[in-house]
Amino acid sequence: MAIAMAIRSFLFLLLLFFSSLNPILSLYEDQVGLMDWHQQFIGKVKQAVFHTQKTGRKRVVVSTEENVIASLDLRHGEIFWRHVLATNDVIDGIDIAIGKYVITLSSGGSILRAWNLPDGQMVWESSLQGPKHSKSLLLVLTNLKVDKDNVVIVFTNGRLHAVSSIDGEVLWKKDFEAESLDVQQVIQPPGSDLVYVVGFAASSQFEMYQINARNGELLKHESAAFSGGFLGEVSLVSSETLVALDSTGSILLTISSHNGKISFQQTPISNLVGDSLGPAVITPSSVTGIFSLKVNAITIFIRVIGEGKLEVLEKTNLKTAVSDALSISEGKQAFALIQHAGSEIHLTVKPADDWDGNLLKESIKMDRQRGLVHKVFINNYIRTDRSYGFRVLIVMEDHSLLLLQQGEIVWSREDGLASIIDVTTSELPVEKDGVSVAKVEHNLFEWLKGHMLKLKGTLMLASPEDMAAIQSMRLKSSEKSKMTRDHNGFRKLLIVLTRAGKLFALHTGDGRIVWSHLLQSLHKPQACQHLIGLNLYQWQVPHHHAMDENPSVLVVGRCGPSLDAPGVLSFVDTYTGKELSSLSLAHSVAQVIPLPYTDSTEQRLHLLIDADQHAHLYPKTPEAIGIFQREFSNIYWYSVEDDNGIIKGYALKSKCTSEVADEFCFDSRELWSVVFPSESEKIIATVTRKLNEVVHTQAKVIADQDVMYKYLSRNLLFVATAAPKASGEIGSVTPEESWLVAYLIDTVTGRILHRVTHHGSQGPVHAVFSENWVVYHYFNLRAHRYEMSVIEIYDQSRADDKDVWKLVLGKHNLTSPISSYSRPEVITKSQSYFFTHSLKSIAVTSTAKGITSKQLLIGTIGDQVLALDKRFLDPRRSVNPTQAEKEEGIIPLTDSLPIIPQSYVTHALRVEGLQGIVTVPAKLESTTLVFAHGVDLFFTQLAPSRTYDSLTEDFSYALLLITIVALVAAIFVTWILSERKELQEKWR
Amino acid sequence: MKTTEVIVAFILTLSLLSFPSLGFQSDELLVDDEEFGLEGAPQPRSPEPIPSRSQPVTTPTRKRHSDLDSDSKIQFSLDHAFGDSDFTPAGTFSARLKTWSHGGQTLTKLRFSRNSFTDEEKEKFKNLLESDDFYRIRLPSNVLSPPGRDFIISSVKARCLPREGLDEHFVIHMEGINVLAVNYGSPGSCPYPRNLKLPAKWSFNSHTVLKNSEQAPRAPVFTEEILGGENGEGEVVPPPERSFWAKYWMYLIPLGLIVMNAITQAMNLPEEQATGQVPAQGQPSGGAMQRGPSSAVRRR
Repeated sequence: MAIAMAIRSFLFLLLLFFSSLNPILSLYEDQVGLMDWHQQFIGKVKQAVFHTQKTGRKRVVVSTEENVIASLDLRHGEIFWRHVLATNDVIDGIDIAIGKYVITLSSGGSILRAWNLPDGQMVWESSLQGPKHSKSLLLVLTNLKVDKDNVVIVFTNGRLHAVSSIDGEVLWKKDFEAESLDVQQVIQPPGSDLVYVVGFAASSQFEMYQINARNGELLKHESAAFSGGFLGEVSLVSSETLVALDSTGSILLTISSHNGKISFQQTPISNLVGDSLGPAVITPSSVTGIFSLKVNAITIFIRVIGEGKLEVLEKTNLKTAVSDALSISEGKQAFALIQHAGSEIHLTVKPADDWDGNLLKESIKMDRQRGLVHKVFINNYIRTDRSYGFRVLIVMEDHSLLLLQQGEIVWSREDGLASIIDVTTSELPVEKDGVSVAKVEHNLFEWLKGHMLKLKGTLMLASPEDMAAIQSMRLKSSEKSKMTRDHNGFRKLLIVLTRAGKLFALHTGDGRIVWSHLLQSLHKPQACQHLIGLNLYQWQVPHHHAMDENPSVLVVGRCGPSLDAPGVLSFVDTYTGKELSSLSLAHSVAQVIPLPYTDSTEQRLHLLIDADQHAHLYPKTPEAIGIFQREFSNIYWYSVEDDNGIIKGYALKSKCTSEVADEFCFDSRELWSVVFPSESEKIIATVTRKLNEVVHTQAKVIADQDVMYKYLSRNLLFVATAAPKASGEIGSVTPEESWLVAYLIDTVTGRILHRVTHHGSQGPVHAVFSENWVVYHYFNLRAHRYEMSVIEIYDQSRADDKDVWKLVLGKHNLTSPISSYSRPEVITKSQSYFFTHSLKSIAVTSTAKGITSKQLLIGTIGDQVLALDKRFLDPRRSVNPTQAEKEEGIIPLTDSLPIIPQSYVTHALRVEGLQGIVTVPAKLESTTLVFAHGVDLFFTQLAPSRTYDSLTEDFSYALLLITIVALVAAIFVTWILSERKELQEKWR
Repeated sequence: MKTTEVIVAFILTLSLLSFPSLGFQSDELLVDDEEFGLEGAPQPRSPEPIPSRSQPVTTPTRKRHSDLDSDSKIQFSLDHAFGDSDFTPAGTFSARLKTWSHGGQTLTKLRFSRNSFTDEEKEKFKNLLESDDFYRIRLPSNVLSPPGRDFIISSVKARCLPREGLDEHFVIHMEGINVLAVNYGSPGSCPYPRNLKLPAKWSFNSHTVLKNSEQAPRAPVFTEEILGGENGEGEVVPPPERSFWAKYWMYLIPLGLIVMNAITQAMNLPEEQATGQVPAQGQPSGGAMQRGPSSAVRRR
């Protein structure tokens, strides 16, 4: 009896235990933010408008280079609202009209929109067309009131529009097409209802139009010729005076108009500077009476006194940034000036009419990693003592945005992270011994408390406060944001390179910035003027010396936009963010090939290919050369000439034959070429496998106990070409004249292994290559739908390895090395499916050992990431799979791929402006880390086949403990009971 | 009745007459169009794959269209280079250029005649074999106006070629009259530690294959019918009922183990008691079965 009871209680507990192991398919609401984080950014601020009305005083509206308009909280820098416009919808200007609308001009001046200031709702949108392409200018006439309406003057595409700010209706328009006019400025003198349009015609003619802002009537047209021609922009100094430079940049022109007479005054710049060293540039500014001029590194402030007389106010060689003017009271203007001096910046606010009468002078310590101040926006407020206070918003070289007030940085936003160009990862330091006892005790108490709370939660006893506590505890569980390596490999550093040339290390646990580093070496002004960061590579990943050596990354940059500009290398420690060394290269960098060899210090060998197809080996050590020489004849690479339609393969030949002996430089020779006929094909996409991808097995067991061998070559290149006509937008060609050809090319020998034409299809093509398959996405013009195709490639030369006897007798060829020079015997299987979304990006999950099944990560046009099982893109899907095939996991054939709402990796969030998806394997085989970046950042963990190798986060350890305790107790109780019963029996 | 027959006959003859005419514009999709030429398709390129997977190249019979499609013979040359030397002529490809009625042009009946190696070339090739260097070939990218935009280059390690003689294998990827790429190498495998082996005879044994692009399989378009059929299929063939054991073995095995364990425990307990002391009268029922044989033993 007692035993039966024990069994029954045991079974009950067993049942209880199993019920708590319930597997989950997708995320529950309370799991949001547990493993994932999402950060919102706006990008480098181009323009900022402070709102002056009472309700909006705490806000600033900004437009950025990432095409974002956002309203920010001035107190904390948080985003009130934000709109990310399309990539081709570049914002030209923003302003505020009638105190409640934000007016934006975008898309090359063709779209004018109004947004409601408090909540960011779009109020109206007008499309402005014009006869020709021109500069776009936006001007809101604040003092011209027509029935409480501010008139917005827009000059765009060679036409001047006046738009009502209430409903976006065009009030009047005036063409400037007849004249070959290059309009520079639209000016409204304060307090009048006239608008001046100034510009150059035929590069030496100065034109000025006076227009009535109420009805667009042309009142006056004046012009004057200047033989020297004009350079760049004009700057407005006062309502009657303009300054410009002549075409050589050495003579300053003061243009003044008096009663319809335009007069020029010429002042050679050498008169102002002393000895002129180069062409000058007028920095745009709107301060009355003052303008600034940059000659080389010297900034000169000049005041215009009446009739074209100039007075030099200040000459400085400090890096300087000037804000626009801010009118503080009737007829009074102030502007902000920021100058760099060492590690400090000096902020001065000066009134426009008195250079020496500083309104404010502050010094602020500035992090060197932020670089120079690029832009300054000034705003005033009334202090508690009723005097004027000033605050400035500054945009730094690393694209960060800071608010300065009362000599302090009130807040800062790292908006450089909105433009990530490359991502790599680094492990965290290994946990070292010596953790203090107090910490453990504290942790133990916390741990117990946490588990009590969790227990309460599972037993439905928790109050709402307790629930909140549980949630917050889960969110900030100190485990995940520790700065040490964890057993499962979930904690890593994401090293990202931004367009500003700054490196950030983000912690995968909570997305915080661990360190940041502005690549100073890339900023030596004499060496490198326009540095472009290109790529990040893992330079040194210590395994043997993981305790005492830090990993480092290689940053490759280029000086200037042209391909043959010299390259720059920088090596950065990933634990500390310190630059270890940097190199300015004599050669250009067209391609970087990380070789699969490391030297004794575990530095990876890299081959840099320059524009002349010379190969340069790094690191430049004798040891590296030794390793390299051994593999000399096995190194091949290829180059894709997109615009030429040629793919070429290369191998190394010999040492460079230049006059300067360089034993790390090698000549190359062309081995093969593929020339696409230019009249029928144009390369639109090329994709290769990821270098660090791990494949668990080559064999794939198919339904009827048969084996297929995957063709797992690292040297496969997927190329998609399209008809040149069809490389435009979707719908611009008929299906008959558009086609898409997909190729699989072996990059060692140049063999085309597979070639297939999709008639009536066109790009853009997004593709992902993994293991032995490639999935690509394109548009099918015949079906009017997007399609995704899969190509799987299998090796037939190993097809007869299935015989066990051969394996036993050693007659198989499993161990023989594979050579690309053997004629490949491959078969391909392919299939196409319709897909609803258009794509921004596509990636595939990658795990540590490659056992876990794969999921495609699809960056949809809605800026979300969708996970789609690779099984849906199996070419072997058939309408009626057999029983065996079903057991293998083959899904019955459908014509389109399903979109399951629960499989959105980003759940309710959007990664605005999605650009790329990066997957990194964790140490735990089932799990992969996903990082999606665009204007926003998003990180999460994914388990494509669920976490089969670990207990889930919400696994109740408490319940397990209770179960064990209860079992032990039950054993004791039954034992005592049986003992007692036995005794009774014996006494009977 | 008669009139309809006449009309049908008339239409038939009309269609027969008009079939090879240029005026007819077919909007037929160009799939599996091996046998017939492309009838008036407006595509500028010819998507017709030449059925020449295997050597020798066969030409499909196109008697019906011979009046439309004009053939002309063309030749283009193959150049080779030893290592980094300059390219020199090595042979000629000759083929028939077929011009389709819609303007597309394709090559058929590709023949290749290799020039035999001169003594100097043999020497060069031996050097290549010794240094395990590359033997390179090139073709013009346009067969009508060579070299076209650029030469198509391909190369192979020289040690891959020698067998009995020198075996080579060309797969020429064509797009109309343009050569896209050429896969060049030995017809079989070329295992990696390439051993030095001189050919027994210095003559080339060439295999050539022309390849045009294949059509991609179209995405399956499901009509109601197929979907309906699928649903019907689901009803007709229900999944075979699995046996009780197949369904619940994972529960039964641990249960069985527990029961076994319990029984052995129960067996051991009374046995110990039985050997230790005189069996009491009212033993629990669990031990009842056990007692029989043990008492029998004692009686003996």
